[in-house]
Amino acid sequence: MDWLAAHWRDVLDLAGNHLYLAGVPLVVGLVLAVPLGWAAKRWDRSYLAIITGAGLLYTIPSLALFVVMPLIIGTQILDPINVVVAMSVYTVALLARTVADGLKAVPDHVEQSATAMGYKGVRRLFGVELPLAVPVIAAGLRVAAVSNVSIVTVASVVGVPQLGNLFIDGFNRVIWAELVTGIVATVVLALALDALIVVGSRLLTPWRTAGGGAA
Amino acid sequence: MIRFDAVTKEFPDGTVAVDDLSLTAPTGKITVLVGPSGCGKTTSLRMVNRMIEPTRGSIALDGQDTGRMDQAELRRGIGYVIQHAGLFPHRTVLDNIGTVPRLLGWDKKKVRDRSRELLERVGLDARLGDRYPTQLSGGQQQRVGVARALAADPPVMLMDEPFSAVDPIVRDQLQDEFLRLQDELGKTIIFVTHDIDEAIKLGDQVAVLRVGGTLAQVAEPAYLLAHPADDFVADFVGRDRGYRSLQFQEAPRLPLRSEPTVTLGETPATDAAWLLVVDDRRHPLGWVEPGRIGGRGVQDADLHRGGTVARSGGSLRGALDAALSSPARRGVIVDDSGELVGTVLAHEVLDAIEDTDRPERDEGDPVHGGAVAVAGDEA
Repeated sequence: MDWLAAHWRDVLDLAGNHLYLAGVPLVVGLVLAVPLGWAAKRWDRSYLAIITGAGLLYTIPSLALFVVMPLIIGTQILDPINVVVAMSVYTVALLARTVADGLKAVPDHVEQSATAMGYKGVRRLFGVELPLAVPVIAAGLRVAAVSNVSIVTVASVVGVPQLGNLFIDGFNRVIWAELVTGIVATVVLALALDALIVVGSRLLTPWRTAGGGAA
Repeated sequence: MIRFDAVTKEFPDGTVAVDDLSLTAPTGKITVLVGPSGCGKTTSLRMVNRMIEPTRGSIALDGQDTGRMDQAELRRGIGYVIQHAGLFPHRTVLDNIGTVPRLLGWDKKKVRDRSRELLERVGLDARLGDRYPTQLSGGQQQRVGVARALAADPPVMLMDEPFSAVDPIVRDQLQDEFLRLQDELGKTIIFVTHDIDEAIKLGDQVAVLRVGGTLAQVAEPAYLLAHPADDFVADFVGRDRGYRSLQFQEAPRLPLRSEPTVTLGETPATDAAWLLVVDDRRHPLGWVEPGRIGGRGVQDADLHRGGTVARSGGSLRGALDAALSSPARRGVIVDDSGELVGTVLAHEVLDAIEDTDRPERDEGDPVHGGAVAVAGDEA
């Protein structure tokens, strides 16, 4: 506790960094995954290509991606943007499939009546299909959020500071309080993001929780 | 008027769903497409708003080839109702109803007012407006589906088995209300069902399709029952078609007899075998056997309620059924407000049946012979 009392400002700073490195890619990844998932649903042939491609992306080791990223996008090796871009790649890889599956899960009779009423294109996607895919997408987003918070810790190795620094430093210097604080803070951050997504998804889907059966 | 002109639909796998279909759905009338599964009735319906494109042939709306219209624009001018209503689960009832007006760019207040008006029109409580579809019963959802289809006041409605998924009692109510609504609105409707009873009840004109998507016969319901074009139609229309055809024959000249009545609580002052019980507005409640009551007042538990009641000026089917179902063998006839007019015996109804004419058989084309005539129909 003494250690934490002395270092809580540093911990907060690192947690802020961590949130940024894990959270921004979540948003970027989701925005990119929507058109990909939509395309995958729309054209049967693209589904396999997009889902397989996304799966392969996810198998790239994070450390390798952090190291290679500056070569691809021409940034400095220590630039946090490398981590943000790499994490965005992972998030897209996870969410493209989720979005596609969420869109595919829209009930057929709803799709039919949307077509019959002249819904098409972007208006159909945002007015009918995406809102109904929210529960599935939110489930995928929760996995992505927790996984991002966890993978980001590896960025300590390429010198981008976040909560991972605490357990690497704590381990190297045998400061147990620092090590444990790092782990607990990471878990708390992951749970907080997860809770945020759950609440957001509830707010976006009031029809799922509307009480009272048939009158 | 919707006109199918030699329409064929062949799917990529080679299945022919609709084969050379020519048919006219007259303006302001209900045309029912009926047939077993695989007869192409739903495919035919969906070709009207181009959810499915015909392989050959054309469909015209009031003389305009639908193939040349903008798809979304065409669809917004056609109301569409399907089984299970197809409501948007994420929108409230009012927002569901207002879908097409919103797509057409009406202002918010006008959409809201129109949606409220329609909610009432289909017989739903205004309080249901802010609920979500899952909070409604199947019958209520189906009403919302109809309201949504009517929202932008389209001249044409396509209905694909809209009442099939609800229980028989609710279905009957929905059908009656649908007919009442159509009386007021006069839409041009194509209605798909697999249920011949529903087809005959709702259709101004019924088109029977057979598996493979060919038209077996199109005719007014009474004509269809009297003159099925072939064995398939005869079989599909069913065995009791003679009895059912009576529902299209009005019973104007039935000799009614006046019926002595008693009200609940009164002691029957007669030794007749059966006595009719009415309420204080003279609405029939049921029959009692005075001999079994034994000099006390008539109680609710004494009532035999098995008999149906027929409306004066209604169909011969109703009158005959009232006579056949009455424990006293006297069929109860009421006026439009439900008040007792008199009773009729089965043989008197049968006499009336013998005096009526069946629809004249058209000696021309057996398939299209009994179809509704379309004024100004250019070939």
